[in-house]
Amino acid sequence: MSTTAASPSVPDYEMVVGLEVHVQLDTATKIFCRCSTDFGAPPNRNTCPVCLALPGALPVLNEHAVDLAIRAALALGCRVQPTSTFARKNYFYPDLPKGYQISQFDQPLAIGGRLRAGSRSDGSPIDIRITRVHMEEDAGKSIHDRFQGATAVDLNRAGVPLIEIVSEPDLRGADDADAYLRALKQILEYTAVSDVSMEKGSLRVDANISVRRPGEMALGTKTEVKNMNSFSGVTRALAVEFARQCAVLERGGRIEQQTMLWDANTGEVRPARSKEGSHDYRYFPDPDLPPLVVSPDRIERITRELPELPAARRERYRAEYPGLTAYDVEVLTASTGLGDYFEQIARQTEEAKTAANWMMGDVLATLKATNQTIEHFSVRPADLATLLNLVRDSVVSHTAAKQIFGVMSRTGDPPLQVAEREHLLKVTDDSALVAWIDEVFAEHAAEAKRFLDGERRLQGVLVGHVMKKSKGSADPKRVNQLLSTRIGT
Amino acid sequence: MTIGGGLTELSAIELAATVGRGDASPRVAVDASHARAAEAGAWRDGLNILLYEDRRDAHAQADDVAARRDAGRVGSLAGVPVVVKDNIATTTLPTSCGSRILEGYVSPFDATAVRRLRDAGAIIVAKSNMDEFAMGSSTENSAYGPAKNPVAPNRVPGGSSGGSAASVAAGIVRIALGSETGGSVRQPAAFCGVVGVKPTYGRVSRYGLVAFASSLDQIGVFGRTVDDAALGLQTIAGLDPLDSTSADRPVPEYRHAAGGSLTGVVIGRPREYFPDDLDPRIRQRCDAALDELRSLGAEVRDVSLPHTDLAIQVYYVIAPAEASSNLARFDGVRYGLRMEGDGLRGMYEATRSSGFGREVTRRILLGTYVLSAGYYDAYYRKAQQVRVLIARDFERVFNSGVHLLFTPTTPTPAFELGAKSDPYDMYLSDIFTCTANLAGVPAMSLPIGRVDGLPVGGQLIAAHFDERQMFAVAYALERRLGAGAHR
Amino acid sequence: MAVTLDDVRHIAALARLGLTDERAAAMVAELNSILEHVDVLSKVDTTGIDAFAEQGGVGTPLRADVGPQIPLARERETFAPSMRDGFFLVPRLSTHEDVDAAS
Repeated sequence: MSTTAASPSVPDYEMVVGLEVHVQLDTATKIFCRCSTDFGAPPNRNTCPVCLALPGALPVLNEHAVDLAIRAALALGCRVQPTSTFARKNYFYPDLPKGYQISQFDQPLAIGGRLRAGSRSDGSPIDIRITRVHMEEDAGKSIHDRFQGATAVDLNRAGVPLIEIVSEPDLRGADDADAYLRALKQILEYTAVSDVSMEKGSLRVDANISVRRPGEMALGTKTEVKNMNSFSGVTRALAVEFARQCAVLERGGRIEQQTMLWDANTGEVRPARSKEGSHDYRYFPDPDLPPLVVSPDRIERITRELPELPAARRERYRAEYPGLTAYDVEVLTASTGLGDYFEQIARQTEEAKTAANWMMGDVLATLKATNQTIEHFSVRPADLATLLNLVRDSVVSHTAAKQIFGVMSRTGDPPLQVAEREHLLKVTDDSALVAWIDEVFAEHAAEAKRFLDGERRLQGVLVGHVMKKSKGSADPKRVNQLLSTRIGT
Repeated sequence: MTIGGGLTELSAIELAATVGRGDASPRVAVDASHARAAEAGAWRDGLNILLYEDRRDAHAQADDVAARRDAGRVGSLAGVPVVVKDNIATTTLPTSCGSRILEGYVSPFDATAVRRLRDAGAIIVAKSNMDEFAMGSSTENSAYGPAKNPVAPNRVPGGSSGGSAASVAAGIVRIALGSETGGSVRQPAAFCGVVGVKPTYGRVSRYGLVAFASSLDQIGVFGRTVDDAALGLQTIAGLDPLDSTSADRPVPEYRHAAGGSLTGVVIGRPREYFPDDLDPRIRQRCDAALDELRSLGAEVRDVSLPHTDLAIQVYYVIAPAEASSNLARFDGVRYGLRMEGDGLRGMYEATRSSGFGREVTRRILLGTYVLSAGYYDAYYRKAQQVRVLIARDFERVFNSGVHLLFTPTTPTPAFELGAKSDPYDMYLSDIFTCTANLAGVPAMSLPIGRVDGLPVGGQLIAAHFDERQMFAVAYALERRLGAGAHR
Repeated sequence: MAVTLDDVRHIAALARLGLTDERAAAMVAELNSILEHVDVLSKVDTTGIDAFAEQGGVGTPLRADVGPQIPLARERETFAPSMRDGFFLVPRLSTHEDVDAAS
């Protein structure tokens, strides 16, 4: 039973969505044992008695995982609980070695946060309450199509630390969900808690979706949608499931509470085949782990060490760099790295808008073309700042600067060195300029004659020729002046 | 002193000293132990108290101890043979937990307690028979056949650590490791006439002890004498970073507790452990022991632990619940038995139905039930609340000026094989022991006499981490009762 | 609170015990007998008792985020029932078969 998108007529129903996001924490070792979390090891290489669930093995909690979880919770405005407990979630699956997952159930690490994810097209804020953030361990990987008739189990991932971020059902559409996920991802990237990549599996999303008539207070029966592996997968899946639920209700049917799986290939959601009674996880507090006690000192330290968060940074840029447009601010704060880079240049050049333009133009384009990250960009911020100052001080022309930048990004060499080497320093010496002008007049005799006869508007073209001849090093201002004198102005 | 046979008569500390001095070779101590095991009929066709041995490995360990000694490194248990219960992980002998589901499984890591024994120079000579996954009070629930009591082979040695208790009673070793969840060291110690110690919860690392009920389990120590047991506990106790429930508290010198007078020691006699229907002969042995304690200067006081009669019920909710979760890992995927079935689900079910015995199956069902949706609050959470009441009984008494409690260890001496067919009837064997597990307090059993030739155990219970006090009284009582306690 | 045969079948399924109907039927009586004994707990006054209150405020120990991993004395292949190319093998699941799987 699958459906495709419904026709976008006047909606009789409102989409109500809550998202559960699982995030892999960026620790060196697993949550309950010292095995490496490194990606790409041979299967089952990163395993030990604990994560293999050998008889007699026991869990010991990773302090850095706790700190990262607290950091994420604080960044999301949550209250970190002084005491939280671990619980066993019991079920059978081949990549769940213990036959239970250690998670947190009725006493999670943090509760009561909030995420502002921009605004909707009608101007209303997308303001989503975060119910809880809790810690748990990841399961291993089951690979179903590698061997004929068998499922291959790799437990390298079993025990990697996760946090689960649960939102209230405050999202009102697929666009809300997209905005929420982007804002969430940005905060987690800013706080360096995870590399938050859906492609790599360090960010996973499950959705709970129900529908109701607009204005209704009560929530409809929800279904859970899983297996959405990209942001667009989430928005598409939500739209499809929304349409399905609306259609069911329109027919007079009832929504069955069940788990649905998104199939990106066919664009369908279909029910997961469920075994009866399979949802009784029999949660109970894990007797192998005393409660997690988080001291006020720890919370205070982590609060102090929180980096500037995206919202605060946007606000600060608006205040400190009033020349920037809202769009500029948006782009420059997309990642911590971009903003940091921008500010280093802005500080050195004191021309924020110019710096912003270079960032959003040449820098981003080069990063994309050469597949680099801003953190490891071949052009150091100080060098780019120097280049901008050379332009400001008329040592090189704007055109030359573009060329110089290109060479800098290929070689990593500083701007002045490149300019000298490539003969791109602005030439202001009249004799050189006159010599080029004369050459241009000789090569473009017809245009030159028309200019001299009074066609003033050809001056720009001739300047262009001179710039080209000089490979951009001619001082266009002086060239203009010299040309003007030739026609007596 | 004759080499060989004579060695098995030495206490652990004496043997270690003898080996340490170079007056005996560890190999000879090991061979003496092996000989004694054969003589006692310890194996399958006899008492069936031992399951696995590896003579070549035992000799290799012995040679290693000798080499260390020659290099000047003598551990506190140098050359002392020990037996380890089949549910404690050893890298050189199988760890099958008395179950088919782990038949032939050899652990790729040693339990911390085993490592500490090895570091001290002890030699692991055999793994002992036990009730499957420690669920039982008679060692009749072993998939490898029941064990028999060396004192009376038509009777059970107790359980679940029956094999370890029996191997000490039979003179095969002076020290053996067992495990406790509801009395599985103390009860067999009482049935076999040896000393059995359950430490405070968290005193000994559980890393490498195959979990039954995680909030109750502890590795315990059997000794031929109080001193053997004290030395054994000394060696394995202490914080372990591999066990989050292990206690960060210093380990006192338990052996130094010997020799003091008991003046000023207040011993409680809890009335709930001396019910009207207690076997009068056991009552008599206990009261005689209390008289001895009085004559040593101790004061004996009547006390009450009013929630004692709820302990078995609490235990039989909590232990199976935790066990049902702990035993989920036995699924045929990564180790142990695997049986084919219809697909993955079929494999799970065929493996677990073939691999688990009846008692284990019963407890997993019970445990799953009390945790299941709709029943968790009424059963599991309720039992944990009542457990708090039981723990508070002990707190109250120990805060009222009482240092220790003295009780019978078991309501009866060793019963006959096959005598207890009703599961709940069997559960009642733990009636005096499971309270200490629920409260986490240390307790021990030592021989206090015989009834119809069958050993009777007296139990000492102390406050958390007060094993030293417990040993002090035990040493004194043992000396007082003398060899008579072992007749 | 008596258990029925259906209850026993259901919990046996949750626990993947593969109980035959015969065994399940026998278990009904045994479990009920135990539960009957245990029922006395329901009459105990436990108002105000927090079953899982933390004693001593230190909490679970925290370990440093460093290796090396706990070593194994022998290769996984020596105890694994079925391994190939380093993977544990089990009978093939269809991807959507068991909804118990977490994301």
